[in-house]
Amino acid sequence: MKSGLWTIFRKELARFFGDKRMVVGTILLPGLLIFVMYTFMGSALTNQFTVDEDFIPKVGVVDLPDSLNQLAEGGALPLELVPVTDAEQGKAQVTGEELDVLAVFPDGFDQAVAAYTPASGERAPAVALYYCSARTESQTAYSMVAQLLDGYESTLANKFDVNSDQDGGEMYDLSNEDEAGASFLSSLLPMLLLIFLFSGSMAVAPESIAGEKERGTIATMLITPVKRSHLALGKILALSLIALLSGLSSTLGTLLSIPNLIPDTGEVSISLSYTPAHYAALAVVVLVTVLLIVACVSLLSAFAKTVKEAQTYVTPLMMVVMVVGMTAMFGDGASTQVWVYLIPFYNSVQCISGIFTGQLQPHLLALAAASNLCYTALGVWVLTRMFHSERVMFQR
Amino acid sequence: MSETILEVQDLCKHFRLSARQQKLTHSPDRVKKAVDHLSFTAQRGEMFGLLGPNGAGKTTTLRMLATLLEPDSGDAIVAGASIRTQPEQVRSRIGFLTSELKLEECFTPNFLFDFFADLHQVPDQIRARRKEELFTRFDIHKFAEVKVANLSTGMKQKLSLVISIVHDPEIVIFDEPTNGLDVITARVVTNFLKDLRAQGKTVILSTHIFSLVESLCDRVGILIDGAMVRCGTLEDVCQGRTLEDTFFALYEERGNTL
Ligand SMILES: Nc1ncnc2c1ncn2[C@@H]1O[C@H](COP(=O)(O)OP(=O)(O)O)[C@@H](O)[C@H]1O
Ligand SMILES: [Mg+2]
Repeated sequence: MKSGLWTIFRKELARFFGDKRMVVGTILLPGLLIFVMYTFMGSALTNQFTVDEDFIPKVGVVDLPDSLNQLAEGGALPLELVPVTDAEQGKAQVTGEELDVLAVFPDGFDQAVAAYTPASGERAPAVALYYCSARTESQTAYSMVAQLLDGYESTLANKFDVNSDQDGGEMYDLSNEDEAGASFLSSLLPMLLLIFLFSGSMAVAPESIAGEKERGTIATMLITPVKRSHLALGKILALSLIALLSGLSSTLGTLLSIPNLIPDTGEVSISLSYTPAHYAALAVVVLVTVLLIVACVSLLSAFAKTVKEAQTYVTPLMMVVMVVGMTAMFGDGASTQVWVYLIPFYNSVQCISGIFTGQLQPHLLALAAASNLCYTALGVWVLTRMFHSERVMFQR
Repeated sequence: MSETILEVQDLCKHFRLSARQQKLTHSPDRVKKAVDHLSFTAQRGEMFGLLGPNGAGKTTTLRMLATLLEPDSGDAIVAGASIRTQPEQVRSRIGFLTSELKLEECFTPNFLFDFFADLHQVPDQIRARRKEELFTRFDIHKFAEVKVANLSTGMKQKLSLVISIVHDPEIVIFDEPTNGLDVITARVVTNFLKDLRAQGKTVILSTHIFSLVESLCDRVGILIDGAMVRCGTLEDVCQGRTLEDTFFALYEERGNTL
């Protein structure tokens, strides 16, 4: 003897997992397709992000030390050295694309290096490299020069530092904040996640609610003593689980194809240095979002007489949700305004961007989760009312 | 000696027609009175037939008794529970069946039996015995693990019968039991009804087939345009005529033409 809720929940899962084509089509295929698609897209993009093979970076140098000058004059460096008198002027040339990198050496670099012993505990003589990560040429030139200096440094037994920023606060990357700030993941992921979860829900909810109405099987359940609220909640929970698995598959496909999508040009690769707290926060957002999506899709499906009709009703909602997801690409990180976190779907987008940029405050996450749960509860309540309604269930 | 198990008190039900429905039915009114002040009773252990032409309001009446539709006014006491105030008790005490009871095609008889037993909260100990008994009686064992989609109409109907009585209800309500069935399946159904009656269950059925009422029912209610025009034992209602003649006499009496 089991509760009606559990019985309905299990039945929905049994129906889904008993249908191999559904499982493959909803869970396996999305991730696989995305992986394949992005991998192809990635190799096409790679060509845009790499420079010509005979590329010779223009390196502006302030106070070029003699040791390096000799190396350069001997043609040992694959660089074009341009003497620059003033560091500020050089930086402007980097931003203005006249130079690819600016290397600033301290006065009397060679002597300082010769005099320096790492054991002394004093500051090592430091070289500063300024570049512009938004420009592929500059990024590449920076990597080359940094590598060169690194190699040179190790022959000198670690006697100077590159971009060590001992005082803090120095900005070496000269690309403006918008270019570097909005990282690929935090701007695109909210929309992708919403789409993935939505398409997962679209694949199962209309089928389960409008489909059962269409086939008349829901009437068979309605003549049993099962509580209508259990019917509504059991379905929504089971469908959410399935949509979650489908969304997970798509997300996995995306994450696995990121290395192919974004070529590794030095430092640009996405740093996936997120803590368990980040993942927990993301899990909470995804969970409440999928519940809300499934509740919405289920409600619209309950109005429809057929699966087709249900899909027609749901499509506009999907468009709206997609557009809401896109806002993350234009916004500048997560909002700190409280009321924003009460807006369904938009609050999910804000939370996801916030998590990836590390700006999300816990109380805002809690607010978003709580409000989405409230909306879902409201949805379950309305769906229950609809299961009670003869107009909805037995309309002609 | 007889005990009233079903008491229908002054039930009314109307439907509001959509513009499309109004056009389809050529009806000048926006509302359709489907059931009009209907009252009748049924005794424990009897088979009661609700006889009427198409559109008389039989399905609407039975759906109200099964708590799927809510009456506009009136009430019915089904096995001690009111359809208005205790719908869940009513549903747990009745079995409701139509000739088109739909079962999900992707499940097997075994799964569906357990599923509906769960929904009816049938205790585990009783369930196993009941499953064995019903599956044997209807010969379901041999296709117990075949998906409904792959069953013949006859097998499906047998399974529907079994599903409707998993919880051993006191009253079985059956809307048009033999509609759309081939002769052999129809026979399975009528035998099922006779069995139920032999076990002392109360059966309420609706039909437009005179012979079905004559061969099965103890009492009959004749329903025309949502109203009960005669109700009683077959002898009382017919008074020596055939049921068919009685029906058409009443039908024309109410101003209907053929
Ligand atoms: N959902 C509904 N909406 C509008 N009219 C309905 C609806 N259900 C039944 N009716 C109308 O009510 C009347 C009685 O229908 P019904 O109870 O199905 O009759 P029966 O089962 O005796 O053939 C018919 O005229 C039918 O058209
Ligand atoms: Mg009918």
